[in-house]
Amino acid sequence: MLELRNVSFQVSDENSKTKGIIKDISLKLNDHTFTAITGPNGGGKSTLARLIMGIERPTSGSILFNGIDITNMSITERANLGISFAFQQPVRFKGIKVKDLIMLAAGKKISAAGACEYLSKVGLCARDYINRDVDGSLSGGELKRIEIASIIARNTPLSVFDEPEAGIDLWSFNNLIKVFEELHDTSDNSLIIISHQERILNIADEIVVIADGTVKARGSKDDILPELLQGTGSCKFYQ
Amino acid sequence: MDQIQKHLLEQVAGLHEIPAGAYNIRANGESIGRSTTANIDIVTKEDKQGIDIYVKPGTKKESLHIPVIMSQSGLTEMVYNDFHIGEDCDVTIVAGCGIHNGGDAASKHDGIHSFFVGKNSRVKYVEKHYGSGEGKGERIMNPVTIVQMDENSYLEMETVQIKGVDSTKRHTEATLADGAKLVITERLMTHGSQYAESSFNVDLNGADSSANLISRAVAKDDSKQLFLAKINGNNRCAGHSECDAIIMDNAKISAIPEITANHLDAALIHEAAIGKIAGEQLIKLMTLGLTEAEAEAQIVNGFLR
Repeated sequence: MLELRNVSFQVSDENSKTKGIIKDISLKLNDHTFTAITGPNGGGKSTLARLIMGIERPTSGSILFNGIDITNMSITERANLGISFAFQQPVRFKGIKVKDLIMLAAGKKISAAGACEYLSKVGLCARDYINRDVDGSLSGGELKRIEIASIIARNTPLSVFDEPEAGIDLWSFNNLIKVFEELHDTSDNSLIIISHQERILNIADEIVVIADGTVKARGSKDDILPELLQGTGSCKFYQ
Repeated sequence: MDQIQKHLLEQVAGLHEIPAGAYNIRANGESIGRSTTANIDIVTKEDKQGIDIYVKPGTKKESLHIPVIMSQSGLTEMVYNDFHIGEDCDVTIVAGCGIHNGGDAASKHDGIHSFFVGKNSRVKYVEKHYGSGEGKGERIMNPVTIVQMDENSYLEMETVQIKGVDSTKRHTEATLADGAKLVITERLMTHGSQYAESSFNVDLNGADSSANLISRAVAKDDSKQLFLAKINGNNRCAGHSECDAIIMDNAKISAIPEITANHLDAALIHEAAIGKIAGEQLIKLMTLGLTEAEAEAQIVNGFLR
């Protein structure tokens, strides 16, 4: 499904010194898997997700999606091949309504009832929301849920979620877990979820630990979770 | 009416055919159709170009269409339209001007609209501007709107200029009595080497009067825009102006809001923001499968909706 071959990503600081954010990562993810990516802040998780969507391009290495080399493909091309991306900080728009966004995501005209279906999955009453602008009038949690609804509407073979739990209240979080379980159980699509939440890691097929730009560990939740939970700070991944 | 005129009419007034209710259609400098109702009368001015419109007190749920279309290149006109709205009315007025200039001489329509809105009346006023034609001649429109609002009256004014007008200087003046409320929404897009100027001067004279001026503008290519909004709070009142603009290519936009409080209980706010389309907005729409150009169009269309 998705393969990263020796992917590196470097940035230059103001003194033109290069800094490696992602360092020679190779990773192969199988079809219909729910992969959780976790690890300390600043370890490179979000960058890795952005590299998969094409928002950033690797300095070296290649990325393959269903056997096709997508390394030099644009965001649009990757989206049309079947990759979706949920932003950690959802983007706000003046003048674009929730219904418009869901419709653009679904790639077709949908009825109010159709949009309602996606919105109710993330715990929003569609009637109250479909005609509202996706702008500053919505709270962070509402925007986040609409972002997730737009990914559900896209229904693509691969969906990447960058910290979906950030800014979501407890009630919605319980729902969110159900949403991911349902997404995983009712389709052949694959999910990559970047998360710090134990309950999300707990429903993943596989956990990848990224720290300091490299894969520190990878395995089933039974192998990885106990070590992660031994206590932050003492955990070897967080050293 | 020929096809060009029909197209202009559709663009500025949303009309496919002769409208219901009162109307006056002005084409190439003369009235080509007029209808009055029991409550709305339209009278040609004797001393200058233009019409007087009289809306009887108590007129409810009626509409008036007064589109202007110009398809003859090189025509220049100055028109005065006065709207006398009686007390306790609730009416919708659709004006607008479309110029098709297929020649090389400039076509120019200057309109001065004066509104006298009676006590407790509600008016919705929509004005659309549109230009088309391949000729080198400029399409110029300079609308002036002067509004006098009586006690507890309400005027909602919506102006749209999206395409094809080479040069425009729009000026709006309003004076509000006690409890009067004015809401102006302006949407403007310029492209090519167009120039657009929009200025407002609002005097909040009455106690508990309020004004809200909202401008959404997009400037593309080498076009230039100037937005001036003056609100004077002369009593216990509330005033708010907001200019939100997207700048693209080599365009230039200036926003100059001015608020003056001449009374202790005048609450006045101005906001102005100009910037290019945020990169993350483009990226978000591209992750939904839109190309960069499609994403840009979606953002601009939404912004100007």
